[in-house]
Amino acid sequence: MITREPVYADAPSNLLDCGWRVVLQALGDVGRAGCLTAQALMMFPLLFTSSRSRHEVLRQMFVSGIKSLAVITVVGMFTGMILGLQVGLELRRFSKEIYIGSAVMVSMLREMGPFMTGLILAACVGSSMAAQIGTMTVNDEVAALEIMSISPVRFLMAPRMAAMVIMTPVLSFYTCVLGVIGGGIVGLTQLNVPWDQYITVAMDIARERDLYVGMLKALAFGIIITGVSCYEGFTTTQGAVGVGQATRRSVITSFLLILVFGYVISRLFYDV
Amino acid sequence: MIKFDKVTKRLGGRNILDDLSFEIAKGEIFVIVGPSGTGKSVTLKHMVRLLTPTSGSVWVDDSEVSAVNGSELDRVRERFGYLFQGGALLGWMSVADNIALPLREKTKLKEPEIRERVSEALRMVGLENDGAKYPNEISGGMQKRAGLARAIVRRPEIVLYDEPTSGLDPVTARTIDHLIRQLNEELGITSVVVSHDLQGALLIADRIAMLTGGRFVEVSVPKVFVATDQADVRGFLDAQFITKKGVDGM
Repeated sequence: MITREPVYADAPSNLLDCGWRVVLQALGDVGRAGCLTAQALMMFPLLFTSSRSRHEVLRQMFVSGIKSLAVITVVGMFTGMILGLQVGLELRRFSKEIYIGSAVMVSMLREMGPFMTGLILAACVGSSMAAQIGTMTVNDEVAALEIMSISPVRFLMAPRMAAMVIMTPVLSFYTCVLGVIGGGIVGLTQLNVPWDQYITVAMDIARERDLYVGMLKALAFGIIITGVSCYEGFTTTQGAVGVGQATRRSVITSFLLILVFGYVISRLFYDV
Repeated sequence: MIKFDKVTKRLGGRNILDDLSFEIAKGEIFVIVGPSGTGKSVTLKHMVRLLTPTSGSVWVDDSEVSAVNGSELDRVRERFGYLFQGGALLGWMSVADNIALPLREKTKLKEPEIRERVSEALRMVGLENDGAKYPNEISGGMQKRAGLARAIVRRPEIVLYDEPTSGLDPVTARTIDHLIRQLNEELGITSVVVSHDLQGALLIADRIAMLTGGRFVEVSVPKVFVATDQADVRGFLDAQFITKKGVDGM
């Protein structure tokens, strides 16, 4: 049941009480958002039972993927160019600039590709999800779905989750490819590293595991962004102001979780 | 059919509903009136478990709505249609698709049959030419009528109306009132209406209840309701120029 009772509490008696309530509230939010995310993931099989559901997943893939493509193209390309330039300038001091390909490739695959994709999707797609579902919540549309016995998690959240689970790794890979191309352009134009040499070094150093870990990160980021954004949307109160607050919270929380989970996944797969 | 048994609902440190008990019979039009913020919509939301009582129980026939969950709650809710104040139509779907939604999602009807049922519902609410429009392309009154069409398209046993005529011009408001009466007479639908509009309530109600301070201070048939000397009811009636003989001619 998404629709919740309004929660009222007396004003906190002191600073400690206030802090304790914030902790409890945060733990409650994590638990509820986690349950909601798990519910949405478990409903994936239901999405393939009707053509309407499949069509909705495709529509959400278009919204989250294709509509973000322009921003991701620019960000991916320039991330690779910045990486290539900064690393290349340092390597040039040791006359090792031919290795910028490896630096750009590994950085993009392991970290920058999924990270930048996650940030862009949290800002573009996550905020839009929170705003849309939040508006539906304050306009009683979510309650209307519940009264019609239509699960809002299945109807609204699961298609978005499926779309993000598919599109985030795909877009992350796309960002990596563009980043490597961007690094190559900088190598060619500013550091005099021939294109074929740049690509050969990049491909020699990169391992399959770098790609898989990067894709895993992207997958996790997609789930996090959708879970956080839909949870914020479903728990929106207080009209237009509440929708604004939910949108802001969804972006901030997604950003923070992307950073934290990015580190945790790296730590799991790459021993120091 | 619907029974509130000593229902108390505490919100924000005060009892919105205070030991409220009443019953609504099958096929009845039961109108709840009262000032803003007295818990009329809260009462309605308890009937479909959008809210749960702090104490007491809500029953629909043999099902305790306030205690059921999961598929059992779904089964109870499937007996209801609910008209929200703003219509609560999904903005990205056309009016016809909004009305077809519960049929597409919750029944195994074939598409031609769904289209037929949607056309019938649109005809009943006078929107037969507006099915292709989107909610933001139609007026507030039309949105309410579309919401009503969606509420009745699955032929529910009970329809709950939350302020069905608020914010509407008098002509549209009376159209909606007639529609509620017509649905009750033609389909035998039990109706619970929450309203400020006493003139409309007197027109359609089998019984009217006045909610003040979390309790019903008067529950009676319209003729008795307008003639009562209960102070809260009298004040409410006077404010809408309704005397003991009916609407004041002024």
